[in-house]
Amino acid sequence: MTSRRLLDKLWDAHEILRRDDGTSLLWVDRHLVHEGSHHAFAKIADRGVPVAEPGLTFGVADHYAPTRGGPATDAIARMIATLASNADKHGITCFGLDDPRQGIVHVIGPEQGLTLPGLLINCGDSHTSTHGAFGALAFGIGATEVAHVLATQTVWQKKPKAMRINVTGRLGPGVGAKDLALAWIAKLGADGARGHAIEYTGSAVRSLSMEGRMTLCNLSIEGGGRFGMIAPDEITFAYVKGRPFAPNDTDWDRAIDLWSSLPSDADAEFETSVSLDASEIAPIVTWGTTPEDALPVTATVPDPARMQGSAAERARNALDYMGLAPGRKLTDIAVDQVFIGSCTNARIEDLRSAAAVLAGRRAKVPGIVSPGSRQVKVQAEAEGLDRIFVDAGLEWVGSGCSMCVAMNGDHVEAGKRCASTTNRNFRGRQGRGARTHLMSPAMVAAAAVTGHLTDVRELLKEREVA
Amino acid sequence: MTGWCTHTGLAVALDRENVDTDQLIPARFMSTPRSEGYGDFLLHDMRKKSDGTPIPDFPINAVPDASIVISRRNFGSGSSREAAVYALVDFGIRVVIAPSFGDIFASNSVNNGLLPARVSEAEVDAAIAKLVDGAQEVTVDLTDKTIRLGNTTIEFTLDDVWQQKLINGWDDIDLTQKHKRAIAASRAQHVQRMPWAIPVQQTNFRSARRDTVSQ
Repeated sequence: MTSRRLLDKLWDAHEILRRDDGTSLLWVDRHLVHEGSHHAFAKIADRGVPVAEPGLTFGVADHYAPTRGGPATDAIARMIATLASNADKHGITCFGLDDPRQGIVHVIGPEQGLTLPGLLINCGDSHTSTHGAFGALAFGIGATEVAHVLATQTVWQKKPKAMRINVTGRLGPGVGAKDLALAWIAKLGADGARGHAIEYTGSAVRSLSMEGRMTLCNLSIEGGGRFGMIAPDEITFAYVKGRPFAPNDTDWDRAIDLWSSLPSDADAEFETSVSLDASEIAPIVTWGTTPEDALPVTATVPDPARMQGSAAERARNALDYMGLAPGRKLTDIAVDQVFIGSCTNARIEDLRSAAAVLAGRRAKVPGIVSPGSRQVKVQAEAEGLDRIFVDAGLEWVGSGCSMCVAMNGDHVEAGKRCASTTNRNFRGRQGRGARTHLMSPAMVAAAAVTGHLTDVRELLKEREVA
Repeated sequence: MTGWCTHTGLAVALDRENVDTDQLIPARFMSTPRSEGYGDFLLHDMRKKSDGTPIPDFPINAVPDASIVISRRNFGSGSSREAAVYALVDFGIRVVIAPSFGDIFASNSVNNGLLPARVSEAEVDAAIAKLVDGAQEVTVDLTDKTIRLGNTTIEFTLDDVWQQKLINGWDDIDLTQKHKRAIAASRAQHVQRMPWAIPVQQTNFRSARRDTVSQ
């Protein structure tokens, strides 16, 4: 028998049929919907078809969820109400604003045990690749496809090519999954994994916690990969066990048996293979307007005059938008504010790493900390992390996509510079004219303490000396 | 969705790499019902000043009748928001020509009759050079995957499945309904193999007799 990769095993387990043209019809185990699903619900209403599997569909208010007080505008309130009424009409469980399980869809799926190894998970959101951290086939879809999944619980998809990103060695102190992700995206480009499903392997990946793995898989789409995945192991099983929707006593052993068979066969081949050495990765920050514009924090702002062709033109545009001069040290860039949150970096471990830097220190700039879910919020408060953030001068707010996507009213003003734990530094992403620098939660905390981009390793050293 | 085979229209150059979905439509407009039209939101923050007045020399402002956009690598990268495609389609764009597209954007495009035509970097360079003095009429033929610009013809790359879908205007839900029996059989087998595929905490559901297993 030919050797199979994790991708093949997941694909085969969900393939209902394959057309002559190579497109597969796949069974969808979990369909997660947020407020943006209004287009799709309108489409099935137009056709007069019901939701095929309400028991496999879960709703959550996140993109428009207020983090302070009530919804900022009537339009925002209407988006949240529309989700609730669509869920109600079709008998879908919805984690709405009044539910203690509410949070960002890619945080609560795993947290509730809805996300499991071996499942196929769809959501109308490009960061659905997050769930691949469990060894699931998880990918973002558009509104037409959301309507299709609602109506049929299936999705048409051509099998992507498989790419392996193998990370050897160990990440150094102060360096985490976010740095690892930005490192490969900077190396391969924002479209480096286009047309591919990525499988992350190697010792540095294996030693990541589930939170770290989710951050890594989450950012797959920023390198062009619609799918990112990591084979399940003991760390995965330990995370899943006992979660509300996870398999119970009778099914658990069977599940473990099946999940243990998912990892790629030892001699499996990938269409594309890339290798990185974790020990060479420094804390990374972005300087431009796509996640590929990323450099170690020890570097200087790149000079377009030293680039060729369209890359030079693009860098000039990016620096113009970002208000940066070539040759300047990245650590000299002053920030106006910070944001800790989003589906990329708002899980408990992310908050702990930011709090470890902020403890006993004051932030020189304002900022908000938005935990990824209400459950994360409760846990962080039990650990006293909220006090650390508040004592540092940051605002401790509610859960949602918040200032990552600037849909709920939380945004960065034009011309202001934000050190952010989010996933996109696109023009206008955090608000019209907003300047975003992406980095890890620990690096954002360091920028908050000094008021400029900072190598967090320096602040961690100070701690050791003290 | 209606299918199409050829399209002739004015082409404009959007000479930038990584035109991402946040630029194609800023998130703040996405709570608008589709029936109100998304055309006005297209590239909103690039083509309009903060007071809302248009920047006259921005390509699609200068040629509001344009129906073809030629741009650079990684067009439509970023979020899965189909609203980015709605903005293009509602503005009147039928074809985007670029060396590469975001995977989800390309898929969303085809679901809305918008052609994401892939050509080489060199061909984009040449086409943009030809448009430097203004928009030009271009003919796109889906049946033989060609683009005619002045006296040159270039071939574009498009997945065969997507080509058929655009030509025929296929609706996936109709296609899928034909496979209802295969889906039901596959579902039964799948759930037998992994019972936890049906989430266990669906007790309220079961008491409400909406148990998905029995459907």
